[in-house]
Amino acid sequence: MLLSRVAYARPQTIEEAVELLSEHDNARALAGGQTLVNVMKLRFATPDVVVDIGGIDGLDRIAVAPDGAVELGATATYDAIECDQRLAEVRPVLGRVASVIADQQVRNRGTIGGNLCSNDPTNHFPPLVVALGATMTIVGTEGERHVHAAEFFEGVYMTAVRPGELLTSVKLPPPVAGEGAGFAAMTIGKEGTGIVNVAARVRVNGTVAEPSIVVGCVAGIPVSAGAMEAALAGSAPTEASVRLAAQGLGAALDPPSDVHASADFRRHLAEVMAVRATLQAVDEAMR
Amino acid sequence: MTPEPRHEQRIAVELNGETHELEVEARRLLVHFIRDDCGLTGTHIGCDTGNCGACTVILGGKAVKSCMLLAVQADGASIETVESLAAANGELHPLQRAFSEHHGLQCGYCTPGMLMSAKHLLERNPSPTEHDVRKAIHGNICRCTGYAGIVESILAVAEGGSV
Repeated sequence: MLLSRVAYARPQTIEEAVELLSEHDNARALAGGQTLVNVMKLRFATPDVVVDIGGIDGLDRIAVAPDGAVELGATATYDAIECDQRLAEVRPVLGRVASVIADQQVRNRGTIGGNLCSNDPTNHFPPLVVALGATMTIVGTEGERHVHAAEFFEGVYMTAVRPGELLTSVKLPPPVAGEGAGFAAMTIGKEGTGIVNVAARVRVNGTVAEPSIVVGCVAGIPVSAGAMEAALAGSAPTEASVRLAAQGLGAALDPPSDVHASADFRRHLAEVMAVRATLQAVDEAMR
Repeated sequence: MTPEPRHEQRIAVELNGETHELEVEARRLLVHFIRDDCGLTGTHIGCDTGNCGACTVILGGKAVKSCMLLAVQADGASIETVESLAAANGELHPLQRAFSEHHGLQCGYCTPGMLMSAKHLLERNPSPTEHDVRKAIHGNICRCTGYAGIVESILAVAEGGSV
């Protein structure tokens, strides 16, 4: 397919990328291109300039600190996240989620930064990074700023990354003792687009503490299940208490209806997936 | 020095061991560069939306869909297409022989992509399970729905299998 005419540059550094993004109107960062090239085909996006950040040395790094803190460079691919043995030890949920995104070819090109910055409401990583308490590093001409994942997503396809800025990394805090994370999704086909997905993080110290449960695909941005979190905090780490806490979660949501699922079915799925994700998290926490 | 965005760019791509150096438009998809500019039409265009995987090639050792990359993104890279599989004397690659022997193709349209996805899998994992094989070709659609033969063909080439 012939795309609209576009200019292309491949900077070597973050500074050059930011300069290009800020100096040219209607410029877009191009990472793996697994979303952007397709939306350019559909003419949903018609950038005048694409700034290929795939040539920036080290932007794809995956760093795991001795305390378990993780830093994912914006151009780290799903495949790299899936295959990283250090991540499998400290944050196994990351590889599990990366391994079910689209298909192998897409996982070989698609990046964590692209997944987050496109903020397609059906993407898997937005609810996960919110549940894990991630912090995003965004670089602009004025320098670097840090945005908490809960404030990063602003609407369908919209994030805190402003024109002229670049998301450079995602930092996850070190897991505390007795912490676990989980993720469950109903998708179109086994590894397809999300219909409802839920990410959960809990700490178990006799009882469940500080649960973070975040629902995706039900609104323009990931939605925290506040009432379920409140009901679960202080409960026994059992299936019965997780199921009890999830009751009413669906009724509090206002999800869309489409050909894949009615709003009511999505409300139902939200509770089912919340239970599954939370039980995974509890299980990992108690291991 | 910050590069200037350009609508056309000269790129050099190593395609099946041979360097192709050409001026291309920035909007040109890699699959068109391979098929139309370099004349290697073994790589097919099925859906042009990134869903079907018929255009799968191996770029820098990784299977990718060549309709979801700009040609300029491949500047300096090394690419293998389906034409790289058979030997110069025409002797088929073990995967190609297996597809023939195990009924791994019907109309053949998806085959180039299936072969490249299978090659990528076996390079990373020489002894895949059936589940691994099915996961590896999840991004390749066979509209004849001949998956059973395709999976059997790939497993036949896996370590311990017979071709």
